[in-house]
Amino acid sequence: MNKPIEIAIEDLDLGTPAALSESTVTVHIDGKAVDVPAGTSIMRAASLAGTQIPKLCATDSLDAHGSCRLCLVEVEGRKGTPASCTTPCQEGMSVKTQTPRLDKLRKGVMELYISDHPLDCLTCSANGDCELQDMAGVVGLRSVRYEEGSNHLDAGKDNSNPYFSFDASKCIVCSRCVRACSEVQGTFALTIAARGFESKVSPSEENAFLDSECVSCGACVQACPTATLQEKQVIDLGVPTRKVKTTCAYCGVGCSFVAELRGDELVRMVPDKQGGANAGHSCVKGRFAWGYATHSDRITRPMVRETTDSEWREVEWPEAIAFAADRFKAIQQKHGIDALGGITSSRCTNEEVYVVQKMVRASLQTNNVDTCARVCHSPTGYGLKQTFGTSAGTQDFASVQQADVIMVIGANPTDAHPVFGSRMKRRLREGAKLIVIDPRSIDLVKSPHIKATSHLQLQPGTNVAVVNALAHVIATEGWIDEAFVQERCDVASFNAWRRFISLPENSPENLAEISGVAAETIREAAATYAKAGNSAIYYGLGVTEHSQGSTMVMAMANLAMATGNIGRDGVGINPLRGQNNVQGACDMGSFPHEFSGYRHVSDETAREQFTALWGVDLREEPGMRIPNMLDAAISGNFRGMYIQGEDIAQSDPNSQHVAAALSAMDCVVVQDLFLNETSKFAHVFLPGTSFLEKDGTFTNAERRINRVRPVVPPASGLAEWEVTCALSEAMGYTMDYANASEIMDEIAALTPTFAGVSFDLLDERGSIQWPCNEQAPEGTPIMHAQRFVRGEGQFVTTPYVPTDERSTRKFPLLLTTGRILSQYNVGAQTRRTDNTVWHAEDILEIHEADAELRGVADGDWIEVASRAGSTRMRAHISDDIPAGVVYTTFHHPVSGTNVITTDNSDWATNCPEYKVTAVEIRPSSAIAVGM
Amino acid sequence: MTVWFVPRDAAALSVGADAVAAALEARGEHVVRTGSRGLLWLEPLVERADSRDGTRVGWSNVQAGDLSEGVLSEAAANFLGIVEELDYLACQNRWIYERVGIIDPVDPDDYVSHGGMAGLQRALEMSPMSVVQAVTESGLRGRGGAGFPTGIKWQTVAEQAPVPHKGDPVDAPRHKYICVNADEGDSGTFADRMLMEGDPFCLLEGMAIAAHAVGADRGMIYLRSEYPAAIAVMSDAIEKARARGWLGESILGSSCNFDVTIRVGAGSYVCGEETAMLESLEGRRGTVRAKPPLPAIEGLFGTPTVINNVLTIASVPSILARGPEAYAELGQERSRGTQVFQLAGNIARGGIVEVAFGISAHELIFGLGQGTKSGKPLKAVQVGGPLGAYLTADALQVPMAYESLAAEGAMLGHGGLVVFDDSVDMAEQARFAMEFCVEESCGKCTPCRIGAVRGVEVIDDLLASDAPENAEQLLRDLCDVMTQGSLCAMGGLTPQPVLSALDQFPEDFKRVAVRVDVAAQGVVHE
Ligand SMILES: Cc1cc2nc3c(=O)[nH]c(=O)nc-3n(C[C@H](O)[C@H](O)[C@H](O)COP(=O)(O)O)c2cc1C
Ligand code: SF4
Ligand code: SF4
Ligand code: SF4
Ligand code: SF4
Ligand code: FES
Repeated sequence: MNKPIEIAIEDLDLGTPAALSESTVTVHIDGKAVDVPAGTSIMRAASLAGTQIPKLCATDSLDAHGSCRLCLVEVEGRKGTPASCTTPCQEGMSVKTQTPRLDKLRKGVMELYISDHPLDCLTCSANGDCELQDMAGVVGLRSVRYEEGSNHLDAGKDNSNPYFSFDASKCIVCSRCVRACSEVQGTFALTIAARGFESKVSPSEENAFLDSECVSCGACVQACPTATLQEKQVIDLGVPTRKVKTTCAYCGVGCSFVAELRGDELVRMVPDKQGGANAGHSCVKGRFAWGYATHSDRITRPMVRETTDSEWREVEWPEAIAFAADRFKAIQQKHGIDALGGITSSRCTNEEVYVVQKMVRASLQTNNVDTCARVCHSPTGYGLKQTFGTSAGTQDFASVQQADVIMVIGANPTDAHPVFGSRMKRRLREGAKLIVIDPRSIDLVKSPHIKATSHLQLQPGTNVAVVNALAHVIATEGWIDEAFVQERCDVASFNAWRRFISLPENSPENLAEISGVAAETIREAAATYAKAGNSAIYYGLGVTEHSQGSTMVMAMANLAMATGNIGRDGVGINPLRGQNNVQGACDMGSFPHEFSGYRHVSDETAREQFTALWGVDLREEPGMRIPNMLDAAISGNFRGMYIQGEDIAQSDPNSQHVAAALSAMDCVVVQDLFLNETSKFAHVFLPGTSFLEKDGTFTNAERRINRVRPVVPPASGLAEWEVTCALSEAMGYTMDYANASEIMDEIAALTPTFAGVSFDLLDERGSIQWPCNEQAPEGTPIMHAQRFVRGEGQFVTTPYVPTDERSTRKFPLLLTTGRILSQYNVGAQTRRTDNTVWHAEDILEIHEADAELRGVADGDWIEVASRAGSTRMRAHISDDIPAGVVYTTFHHPVSGTNVITTDNSDWATNCPEYKVTAVEIRPSSAIAVGM
Repeated sequence: MTVWFVPRDAAALSVGADAVAAALEARGEHVVRTGSRGLLWLEPLVERADSRDGTRVGWSNVQAGDLSEGVLSEAAANFLGIVEELDYLACQNRWIYERVGIIDPVDPDDYVSHGGMAGLQRALEMSPMSVVQAVTESGLRGRGGAGFPTGIKWQTVAEQAPVPHKGDPVDAPRHKYICVNADEGDSGTFADRMLMEGDPFCLLEGMAIAAHAVGADRGMIYLRSEYPAAIAVMSDAIEKARARGWLGESILGSSCNFDVTIRVGAGSYVCGEETAMLESLEGRRGTVRAKPPLPAIEGLFGTPTVINNVLTIASVPSILARGPEAYAELGQERSRGTQVFQLAGNIARGGIVEVAFGISAHELIFGLGQGTKSGKPLKAVQVGGPLGAYLTADALQVPMAYESLAAEGAMLGHGGLVVFDDSVDMAEQARFAMEFCVEESCGKCTPCRIGAVRGVEVIDDLLASDAPENAEQLLRDLCDVMTQGSLCAMGGLTPQPVLSALDQFPEDFKRVAVRVDVAAQGVVHE
């Protein structure tokens, strides 16, 4: 198929979802034969045959509903006029979509609609973007004969949601919003209340949207065919006139969006139906919370200052670059080559990251480059590389649709990865079993029509104990998939593992007390996981941010290999990545010991390739990790740093240490959108670009490389990679790219897993999952299908070692942290949007018994104290967590950093143990300092 | 010992049957409470059994006060003689209603001694497929309104494998369901209720036969909330049936496991529509589901489900006990067996008449019903409930059967006939039909949700307008859209009474014209 046709088809709404049947039937639509999978609706078959049957209640993202009755057709040999959206094709069926009788009926239906609709089309905010209007035209309605009668013209508006408005007078009660909220989002916030003519859309028992269960995902707005549910931006600015496809920059789901603009003004972000990760769905952040990009706090001009206590001085780009280069050069002269380093950002594009690490290695001539992925998912990279051979998740998101058992460990997908969470919920509603391993009852467990088969509510810090116990049961009950192990895995390592895991010390009975999970519960969960057709594990920071993070990742990998749950649809080990480009930042050579594609800097072949292409000698010994750089700074040997888009003084747990280190440097260069904690220590501020200004790629948690396309020009005048290149050049090493596409070409040339990737291919295919190379020219949705990347799957014994962070008499409670839907990380973006209506403050969840003991009532101000310090927030008494554990989010900068202790970190990767901190809570009368 | 029989049916209770029973008992008589014979104008109809041969004689309209002087005498004016010989009963051919009014509805022994359980026993000796076959051969069609062949419906369900409830894991228990539609919402119908109050075991037996035939393990009775007495009797019967092994694990010692629960309806007419009933049974608002999928393939909780009316299911035990051939011999064309007609409205002798298909409306209304109660001339008869068409006085010779009524543009529905005398205003009736649709519409589809409201408005326009042609055209166009466009028969059939009134009684729609005529003559009554 050539390109233009494909684009035309992309925009087409086929009316009903695709049928999955393998057998096909032939039907005749107005005489034209078309082959479709059995079970396809007449409406969809007609669309495929090029005939658009009028419709209002049908849309291809939702199951057919059959309520508007515009799509009636005639079927030869059948009485009546069936609705084409709800009638499946049958072999040999002959359908007429246009007859005088149908014309009259459709006009009649339309006449009824319009008899209860405001007649202000020309001034309506949806004028030109309204299906009701379109259909009135299509059916040729010219007049409405009904006199003015009962109507809903005074039905009123609900403007409570900050981003969209609900104008009930325009509602045609097609239920698309209700169905979108249930089927697509899985929140079930909307219903049709009352009956007959009184039927109306109602958020949770006739609440306002804002007070309802609504999570503001926008699916209903997207589904609404009229102006009833509409983005306020469209009402304010008007219907968009041009579109650019791009990718959300918030989380690791990596949703595709169509940015819709009027001139250069962004009107709305519409989730892309073609999006590989999101298939037309979105969450509140990507859909609505992009206003920060034009927030007045943004810095758009470069700034420098002599010392961190002097005022910032706005300068032109050349001056800023020269300033930084001079200082960097001076540092290297005085303190040696290795006194400099850089940090790449997992918020930035692959191209931007690649260029920064290249600058550090080639221009600064050091391997001192690291990334903040260290603070979240480095155990994933390590653990999966050891066992499977690749530092990445094994599946695509769509794989979850084939899972029979879904095990969620230390993750909260409905809040942190909402669009994938919705997919998962859909599968769970279809009957997949759910095992949750988490100290809290995460929202998934409380979602409508979903209940967990098992909830292993463990004590924080005992993940490995619990997964070992699961594996123990599987090994000792004889539930191992011996054939898979023999054929696919390293048998010696398996045998060693089996001996280890079968030891009585790993039995659920033995581990019940430490983990707080009853042996019986573990045995049941083990049976559920091992005996299903397809079992899949999804995990998040609750796994990695522990002193045994890497062990835990390997323990899960063992479990999957032992039960044969690897290498096909519906199974696998799937990290849910935090930031949008964690995967990509890691892939791009952001670690001190690895070039792009995870090849060690000491690897001769790899280094030679880079040397050849970059035209410069490269160091073979690994550089320093972030903690080492900071330590070296404090001891005076490390003096300058290039920090790309990360607020390390804010997001790094041990903020005092970071502050001390940064203060000790002679030149800190910060490239970011806003001034932040880190920039307080900076000498050079290089204004960055928001995702709306970037040209490049992000790689999401399923290894999917998505295009980020410039929607508006860079506010600062330069792309981020151009700035990096300018600095490199000023340092004496030229990186010469005409555009971002050339950077990707270089990445492809130097990175085996990216060998086939190019912007052209991405534009053509929409997105690609790496590895993409000669063996897999179209990318690799599911990894390790025939064999593991490392050859044979490697079992690793995973003894449980309790964390040193234990509750003590002084700090008797264990604090664990998480995130919520409407805010993102430390909130630099989301706090600069209307999302604040949902999360005004961080709140501490505490069990009733613990609260009572301390005289804390629901809503009281309390003080949370740890060895590191203390903060104040409000308490919420909750039965989501067991006694002995408290939980909070840290989306507001002030609250978190003071408390979380990080004396502990993952043994293999230094990933800090964010998820367990011993604390004490006491009532506090003082007013909070937070925002 | 003399045994007295006093009905406990709601129709008898409303005219003092309880007091009568109490008075008899106070006199030391042995009283058995029964269902109603269905001769409603005679209620409370009290019977006494001959102590030798059990022959039952009766007294009509008995009041407790009549008993103060002594027990009822054969010389009394209200003495009816042998009840079964009353013309109204003698001409009936009772299959479904064979025990109603005769037995104690909640006495299992009474049930068995009057032929109960013979059908189930017979069925359990047969293979499931031959039971389905027998039902097919009997020619039984659904009595809920649509008249769909019951055997074919059962066959479809029998061919499906049981499945877990939708949303349950693949290894969850698998089910098929028998759902009895006891939402009886049609105006002027009461046969479901009287059967449930008068012979509940018959319904349970029929359900068990259906379960055996299609391989179902669970049964539900969706029972109208306005029927508290029926709910009580059915609940009592279910308990007793379980105790007897008629329901539960291995019914009558067979391998058939089947149990029944009652769900009280949501109180709206459209919940009687089968897919709305399923929604309601699943705990949601009763709105109609588009078909396909057919409930027989994906019904209650996504499992294969038989949905039948009370009378359909209650026909099955006697069909099996007496043989499908005997049943199929009755009736005409593809209307086989008996139909339980319900005579209501303005009629002298209202009640239940179970006879073979083919009897004329005239015979039912004038022969058995003896014409209007008011004594005024009959103007119209609405057949088949609130969505049924009107027959004019001239059209009453039509045989009461699916095909012949369809040829008249009418339908049998649930077998109700509502009689109107000449005081009725058919324009008001047409308006009422639209109003009923406004009230009862589930609101899912546009032709019915908006159309019914517009229907009332257009009829009002038509009646108030001095140029009614435009309004009439609009009304006819609207009826067309509703008929052909509605998702279910609620909106789809509402035009039937409207158009039948408009077409057959056009003069009733010419109010303004009449008023103008009258005004022209100088006589104004306003
Ligand atoms: C608006 C509406 C109301 C209905 N009400 C009833 C009812 O009260 N009882 C009933 O048995 N069928 C009712 N039906 C018919 C049912 O949809 C269904 O056809 C019937 O229960 C099937 O059983 P049968 O095949 O035994 O007739 C109704 C249909 C419609 C459209
Ligand atoms: S925005 Fe999302 S959650 Fe809210 S009502 Fe709409 S679909 Fe439901
Ligand atoms: S709000 Fe929109 S989508 Fe929802 S019922 Fe009304 S018109 Fe349909
Ligand atoms: S789920 Fe993640 S990627 Fe998708 S819209 Fe939300 S924040 Fe963006
Ligand atoms: S015809 Fe009326 S009752 Fe039937 S589905 Fe449509 S709105 Fe509901
Ligand atoms: S599109 Fe088919 S009924 Fe609405």
